[in-house]
Amino acid sequence: MSKPIKLGPDETFVLNVGPQHPATHGVLRVKMRMDGEYIVESETVIGYIHRMHEKMGELKTYPQFLMNLSRMDYLGAVGYSHGHVLCVEKAAGIEVPERAEYIRVIMVELNRIASHLFWFGAFVMDLGGFSPLMYALQDREHILDMMEKVTGSRLTYCYFRFGGLYNDIDDEFIEDARRFIPRMRKSLDKYHKLVTGNIIFRKRLEGNAHLSKETCRKYGASSAVARGSGINFDVRRNEPYSVYPEFDFDIPVFHECDSLARYNVRMAEIEQSLRIVEQALDKLPDGPIMPQKAPKIIKPPAGDYYQAVETARGSFGVRLVSDGGKTPYRMKLRSPTYSNMHLFDETCAGMLIMDALAFMGSLDLVIPEIDR
Amino acid sequence: MIAETTLKALQALFPEPRPEETVADVSDVTEEIEQEDQESPPKDEPRPNGVIERDYAIHGYHLDAQVSPDQLLEAIDILDKAEFFIETITGVDWIKENQFEVIYDFSRYDFDICRVVIRTRVPRDEPVVPTITGIYTGANWHERETHDFFGIKFEGHPHLVPLLLPEDADFHPLRKDFKA
Repeated sequence: MSKPIKLGPDETFVLNVGPQHPATHGVLRVKMRMDGEYIVESETVIGYIHRMHEKMGELKTYPQFLMNLSRMDYLGAVGYSHGHVLCVEKAAGIEVPERAEYIRVIMVELNRIASHLFWFGAFVMDLGGFSPLMYALQDREHILDMMEKVTGSRLTYCYFRFGGLYNDIDDEFIEDARRFIPRMRKSLDKYHKLVTGNIIFRKRLEGNAHLSKETCRKYGASSAVARGSGINFDVRRNEPYSVYPEFDFDIPVFHECDSLARYNVRMAEIEQSLRIVEQALDKLPDGPIMPQKAPKIIKPPAGDYYQAVETARGSFGVRLVSDGGKTPYRMKLRSPTYSNMHLFDETCAGMLIMDALAFMGSLDLVIPEIDR
Repeated sequence: MIAETTLKALQALFPEPRPEETVADVSDVTEEIEQEDQESPPKDEPRPNGVIERDYAIHGYHLDAQVSPDQLLEAIDILDKAEFFIETITGVDWIKENQFEVIYDFSRYDFDICRVVIRTRVPRDEPVVPTITGIYTGANWHERETHDFFGIKFEGHPHLVPLLLPEDADFHPLRKDFKA
């Protein structure tokens, strides 16, 4: 990156990116003080679609709050429900049948692929390529169709229950999923040929937005943002939950610390998720999807509990402070993009604005999830 | 492994005898074990400062340290040296005890997993805690959010203006006596 030409301090100007701008991936505003096309400093302004989910958490009983989780992140919704139900199950001591755990993992991984596909399309569109978005949406549609048949909704799933699931999967779903896996692998090859190998694409991203390990740690970054900076951290492996220890899969880690590394991590993750779904379908045990004695009223004993899960956007945590009542005393939702977005201001100082927007795309933002 | 060294480092913050605590049974509490769910609100006696080892399988974290606000920076510094990353900062309104609690969650990018919770309590009518943005830059938004929701002041914070609430907000929705 070449150095900006020195100008007097009065020659800088302030540029508002957002709150309504295609490059901000949602209702997000970034105030940038510009020196020509170079960013001198920036301030991210969030909160435009804040809905106070945490207050709702206090006012609603545990089952009533279930549907809130998928409203946080409309692209990878199932992962958030997973964190919530696991936390409450752990606190209240509810057993989950094995079949339910396997189906949960299948759903979470399919949803992760769907989320990564949408990110892939949107990211390439940020850089000026339109067709990959259309291809990616086509593949994503297969997943949404499959999941709609089982869960009843296409985006904001309310599928998990304390102790199990709302609905069992049928042979049709299993068949669809089995057909989907080879097709998705073929599409991945196509994407790699079309995008990953593209010289314009690579030149835009190589060396763009260097994120050191130390920065990631100070901000608590997770997901591909951390794994693109050489941090081998994935909650599914580091802090195994559910039935993840049963599966054989890799955690892709890249050490280049640039936007291309973050891209590579997510693309490799699609392949790993396919592997998990494949194994889960093979091993899927028979049995009930809800426990024999599912409690009608959930009252976790007083105390506080924490549960982290790996969603499509990174490490999502639920911190539950219970006083033994029917509603949580305090429900804190630690969303991954909140931390991932936070490091944007520090990193983008000195960058060209077009590089900063490429960097923003590589963070995989979903704004309702930051604002909650 | 790392849990033990962190436990030792955190325990060093609390010199064994605490003269100001004269209540007979309180000194037992610092001796961990069997005191699992001590911080439940029905108990009138608030938990004294100290480090407790928690059952990870139930609570989801290993170490639980309650410090006084002036020990906070020291405690956070220990975690920074041990390469913890900041997970989140949370407030809790214990209205019956007339106190706010600020909870700091930490974890590590490692397979030797260790989750540490640092908590500190401040009086409800004068909620001031030192900022930790000097140690963890990423605490900035978390502290602003906690300030939004609870009105807890983070002394020394570079930019303590509403983050998620409207820019002119002077209400704190997660306070238990908040009426919409």
